[in-house]
Amino acid sequence: MKNLKDLEKFINSELTSKINNSFIKHDNIYLSIDHEELIDVISFLKTNNQTKFRQLIEITAVDYPEKENRFKMVYLLLSHEHNKRIIIDYTIKETDIIHSLTSIFPSANWMEREVFDMYGLNFKNHPDLRRILTDYGFEGHPLRKDFPLTGHNEVRYSEEFKKVIYEPVKLEQNYRNFDYESPWEGTKYIKEIKKNDA
Amino acid sequence: MPKEKKTLNLNFGPQHPAAHGVLRLILQLDGEVVEKADPHIGLLHRGTEKLIENKTYVQAIPYFDRLDYVAPMNQEHAFALAIEKILKIEVPSRAKYIRVIFCEIGRILSHILNITTQAMDVGALTPTLWGFEEREKLMGFYERVSGSRLHANYFRAGGVHKDLPKGLESDIDEFCNKFPKIIDDLETLLTDNRIFKQRNVDIGIVSKQDALDYSFSGVMLRGSGVAWDLRRSQPYDCYDDLDFKIPIGKNGDCYDRYLCRIEEMKESVKIIKQCLQNLPKGPIKTDDGKISPPPKKDIKQSMEALIHHFKLFTEGYRVEKDEIYTAVEAPKGEFGVYLISDGSSKPYKCKIRAPGFTHLQAMDYLIKGHMLADVPAVLGSMDIVFGEVDR
Repeated sequence: MKNLKDLEKFINSELTSKINNSFIKHDNIYLSIDHEELIDVISFLKTNNQTKFRQLIEITAVDYPEKENRFKMVYLLLSHEHNKRIIIDYTIKETDIIHSLTSIFPSANWMEREVFDMYGLNFKNHPDLRRILTDYGFEGHPLRKDFPLTGHNEVRYSEEFKKVIYEPVKLEQNYRNFDYESPWEGTKYIKEIKKNDA
Repeated sequence: MPKEKKTLNLNFGPQHPAAHGVLRLILQLDGEVVEKADPHIGLLHRGTEKLIENKTYVQAIPYFDRLDYVAPMNQEHAFALAIEKILKIEVPSRAKYIRVIFCEIGRILSHILNITTQAMDVGALTPTLWGFEEREKLMGFYERVSGSRLHANYFRAGGVHKDLPKGLESDIDEFCNKFPKIIDDLETLLTDNRIFKQRNVDIGIVSKQDALDYSFSGVMLRGSGVAWDLRRSQPYDCYDDLDFKIPIGKNGDCYDRYLCRIEEMKESVKIIKQCLQNLPKGPIKTDDGKISPPPKKDIKQSMEALIHHFKLFTEGYRVEKDEIYTAVEAPKGEFGVYLISDGSSKPYKCKIRAPGFTHLQAMDYLIKGHMLADVPAVLGSMDIVFGEVDR
């Protein structure tokens, strides 16, 4: 299937109700699905001859603390045969449990561990769900928006105990986050002139 | 009486020269045979993605140098391309050529390091000494163009920071004339070397299917015979206009991956030469004052330039709401940036897809059943740099 639009149509006609929304942007297909349908959708995309999205590129999450479904899970797949990329997403609540993809793609293992570590989301049927990037005994989930940039603990070598110890972060000066963003967006008429020129 | 089987747990790293950085590998050994490998990573985790969320787009670029610090500019490229695609910036063709030249220099930098350290891991010291002399020259080019040997911070959305200084073109050209001889010298030391072959041939074999399933990319994928290179299949910047070959392995073992890297260096030299020959004249970054800062001269005279300068270095440019994934063929594989912008001057989310992360994940699969002495060989051929694995 050479054409991106045909491919999108095909996926829509095959998966019909499993897809909430789909569109094409930046030469990629974007699919929104229901989180219960994940396994079905991914295994279809991987095995179907017309799609052949046989490589999992990345799994990640995005945090939107103000929304009811706080997290958006994102899956990126690549098809070598058709030279196409697809981005699949769905939203979930903090307490929802996600189906693990490890049975379909072995490489999902560490990617899901990273999501678990960074966002604190739980996966079902994952063989080895441990923290991966953070320190042994780390608490909290760093990529959540409510996790402070400076963290909670710092380490130093203690002469007294003759070992590296953990202490609460002490800053000489509070972390400063200046708001440089101006509400000023320029006059409207200039923008309109520019648009008409283009 | 049957012998009781005893497995030995061995802690390899985090401080071990053959671990190529801070890898802690917990190995379960039955005699000398590895039964299980459990890599512990994250010892170099610096929270790059979190930091980028708190910086403006221009301030985020230096963090990309610190991922795969062996080929810094290739990473910046992915981020710059992502912003350019969202903002639909037209990049001047001279900038495209300069970027490709430096990406290929980065590729040579990375491959020299990998080949020579892999050789060192299996017992050859001379290639390292010869190779690092060349790396020094290449980093000299980095310094002349960006002011820094390693952490370049040179690419920008819309082009590059500064034009090439006088004489650099001819010096790079001269390097390209001499370098193939060095590659040949390295090859005489390694390619037919009995010890090097014994340590690498048929070690760490990856089948085509497994390479796909484990999300391999770059040389790890091509070594197993999959013809896939983003420079060819999804070309960015001026790779479309260039003539180069994509070397592919046959057996998917450590030795084939070594051969692929050698051939890729030769192709990179060809690419750089073509770029230098066809290097167009003209601007090196977009002239849109809302995105690229004005020249110093204008700031002294033009009110508008002064305002642009002020706004760019305080607020930064804003990127409209969008979601995008862009990938480049970095020396180690597919390096991608998944960027979510929210209309402000800071990224809402910037997920970095590092090739080394997925490669290292397959360590257990690759090393199972091999001898302990093969661990450094396999690790070396995966081309792991912890800056990008841990982020």
